[in-house]
Amino acid sequence: MISLEEGFFAFFLIVLAFACLIVAGKTFDQVMAFHAGLGALIAAVSAFVIFKNYFNDGGIAIPQEIGGKPNYNMGPVKFGAVAAMFWGIAGFLVGLIIASQLAWPALNFDLPWTNFGRLRPLHTSAVIFAFGGNVLLATSMYVVQRTSRARMPGRLLPWFVIIGYNVFIVIAGTGYLLGATQGKEYAEPEWYADLWLTIVWVAYLLLFMGTLWKRKEPHIYVANWFYLAFIVTIAMLHITNNLTIPVSIYSTQSVIVWSGVQDAMVQWWYGHNAVGFFLTAGFLAIMYYFVPKRADRPVYSYRLSIVHFWALIFIYIWAGPHHLHYTALPQWASTLGATFSIILWMPSWGGMINGLMTLSGAWDKLRTDPVLRMMVVSVAFYGMSTFEGPLMSLRSVNSLSHYTDWTIGHVHSGALGWVGYISFGALYCLIPWLWNKKGLYSLKLVNWHFWLSTLGIVLYITAMWVSGIMQGLMWRAYDSLGFLEYSFIETVEAMYPFYVIRALGGALFVIGSLIMAYNLWMTVRHGEAEEAEPVTSGSLAAAE
Amino acid sequence: MSDTHQKEIDQLSGVETTGHEWDGLKELNNPLPKWWLYLFYATIAWAVVYWVLYPSWPLISSYTTGVLGSSQRAEAIAAYEAGVAGRSEFADKIVAASLDEISSDQELRQFAMANGQAAFGDNCAPCHGTGGTGFIGYPNLQDDTWIWGGTMDAIQTTLLYGIRSDYDDTRFGDMPAFGADEILSDEEIDQVANFVASKAGLETDDGVDLAAGETLYIDNCAACHGDALEGIQELGGPSLVSANYLYGKSLDAIKTQIHNPKNGVMPGWVDRLDPATIKSLTVYVHSFGGGQ
Repeated sequence: MISLEEGFFAFFLIVLAFACLIVAGKTFDQVMAFHAGLGALIAAVSAFVIFKNYFNDGGIAIPQEIGGKPNYNMGPVKFGAVAAMFWGIAGFLVGLIIASQLAWPALNFDLPWTNFGRLRPLHTSAVIFAFGGNVLLATSMYVVQRTSRARMPGRLLPWFVIIGYNVFIVIAGTGYLLGATQGKEYAEPEWYADLWLTIVWVAYLLLFMGTLWKRKEPHIYVANWFYLAFIVTIAMLHITNNLTIPVSIYSTQSVIVWSGVQDAMVQWWYGHNAVGFFLTAGFLAIMYYFVPKRADRPVYSYRLSIVHFWALIFIYIWAGPHHLHYTALPQWASTLGATFSIILWMPSWGGMINGLMTLSGAWDKLRTDPVLRMMVVSVAFYGMSTFEGPLMSLRSVNSLSHYTDWTIGHVHSGALGWVGYISFGALYCLIPWLWNKKGLYSLKLVNWHFWLSTLGIVLYITAMWVSGIMQGLMWRAYDSLGFLEYSFIETVEAMYPFYVIRALGGALFVIGSLIMAYNLWMTVRHGEAEEAEPVTSGSLAAAE
Repeated sequence: MSDTHQKEIDQLSGVETTGHEWDGLKELNNPLPKWWLYLFYATIAWAVVYWVLYPSWPLISSYTTGVLGSSQRAEAIAAYEAGVAGRSEFADKIVAASLDEISSDQELRQFAMANGQAAFGDNCAPCHGTGGTGFIGYPNLQDDTWIWGGTMDAIQTTLLYGIRSDYDDTRFGDMPAFGADEILSDEEIDQVANFVASKAGLETDDGVDLAAGETLYIDNCAACHGDALEGIQELGGPSLVSANYLYGKSLDAIKTQIHNPKNGVMPGWVDRLDPATIKSLTVYVHSFGGGQ
């Protein structure tokens, strides 16, 4: 008998394939035709694979334990780790291209598909949602299983989550290149992509909570609190900010239900908390597992982890209005956002303290282990950008920094330094563990990666600080008679050398990531096998 | 399983663990760092003070206004008005004075140049270039070729109402599309273009009847461009013997322009810039060197 889960997924995918086929056939919108066609194809192939696997193994149940040890499901984790590396390199490369376009606009090539306006969301979505998202999915599936001593529930559910999420990435990314966007920063995908992500995300929530439900440990590990907060809050943010009404089911276009300043406020409530819950809470979860694991030390303070967790969760959600200082947003909302951003400073630093102090007694490992060094520098960058953020949220500072490159520099000290490095550290740990290797192919290459990309980050953020502050000062410079000292175009010309330095920094970061990919590839292909405790991947080997 | 664990003392730090263990991970039972806790309290206290002083919390249909009575909107308006007031002494004089008076009075001229430069950078430079040197299709303001006149009065009129804009008083000239509308044949366009090129000092095609071209020129072009190709500024007919051609000085460009001409547009600024700024821009543009 085919299981209820397999039957449900097969039915769902077949219905989806037919629905996509009808839309693809009836639409006049070429982007919709492409996406619906792609959806029909993927859904049909997936349904076929479900049946094929059923007939291959006759639906034998997968054991929850083998030899008294949990039979962890690591196939989807491997998929997510590889996808993260792939999307990471793609996203960093597109970032390098658009950084170069700002220095040398001829690189736009006067083509719609390669224009800065389309590549910019491609870059941000690729690094945040494709790279960061896959790192979060893969590590969360790994961590929640290991710290709960339980296999993820379901045979198809984990695969649906990880593959479904990557299908969303492909639809979003190709949509940007073809010009389908709803024009909301970090929420550019159109209504049908949003709807699909909602389905995948609910499945992810069920999968995560199901694993926690099955846990063999009496308590839930701190990393899992952060993962759960990330999953729940992103669901809430995503749905609220994407409440759109499609023009037609055959059209890529839709109309948002919010209007005016309410729309702006919802957008930045979403935007700020995407940073707070996707890029902070989620990656703090990674920090809470991989730093103590790699350092082989206990977490510094349980109490600090509780207090800073709840403080972070409750305060972050208020800080969004600081993105809208000196706009149509009422002053009271703007004040409230700024003050909560200041209160947020210490809750953010709680994570940094717990990360760094966990190393106490093991600082010598930084000399010999470049992976641990990468994660520690990551936590230091986290501390720096979570200090800079509250500072920039103050109206008086913001009046200088807003709309300048300072913001770009701030974002990248967090993105390249914090999110990038903690993800690299986690992947450097995870790949040998997943493929049962004793260690990485080459720690020397990790060292090269570390120093090249650190130099790249420093070049990037210092160039943006200088150019941002210069931009801000030039915009507000008056001459003795009370006229603006510089026209806008003069301020653009003044940015040129800094844009070149920034592109150089980005190039170093890309080179570092290529070294990493090579190192991981060689680890999987030629690394020395680990003898003890095999990590079994179990089901659906064919889909890997 | 962990519940049965005894709390233990971590060897390296001498601190007790919580007794829980997950996948080999333990937690120390360290207290909250004091400096962290007090800074956290301090930021909360700071926020409370800020809430008392400034507008901050929403109420049902209004908001707490704060004891300082701060209003961002009022401050912005006040800052704007202070800026205008700071410039009004000179600005009022500029409005009252004639263009020649502004130009000859050192103080007024200095003010007009500063005002003009600032306004030019943000309003004119996108088309005419930061130095006013123009591009193909966008006139160079530094040379001494003027399509609609380079006196201060002429420049001011152009600034106020633009060229082929929506204003009734706009400068308007419309070169017919001799080729596209089949007023002249391709052969005739070749003849008249070669005639113009010969007068403009350009190389001409071999074996083209220049005399026929001259006849065609007198019949079709001279009314606007003048009998001697010298241009008629009142009609906006550019000189064809000057060094500078708006749409490029070459035989091919001349043929293209006769066949299907571009009639470029400049917006009027009378409703976008205040009178003192328009006058200042006039003086500024006139000072580029080509002014008549």
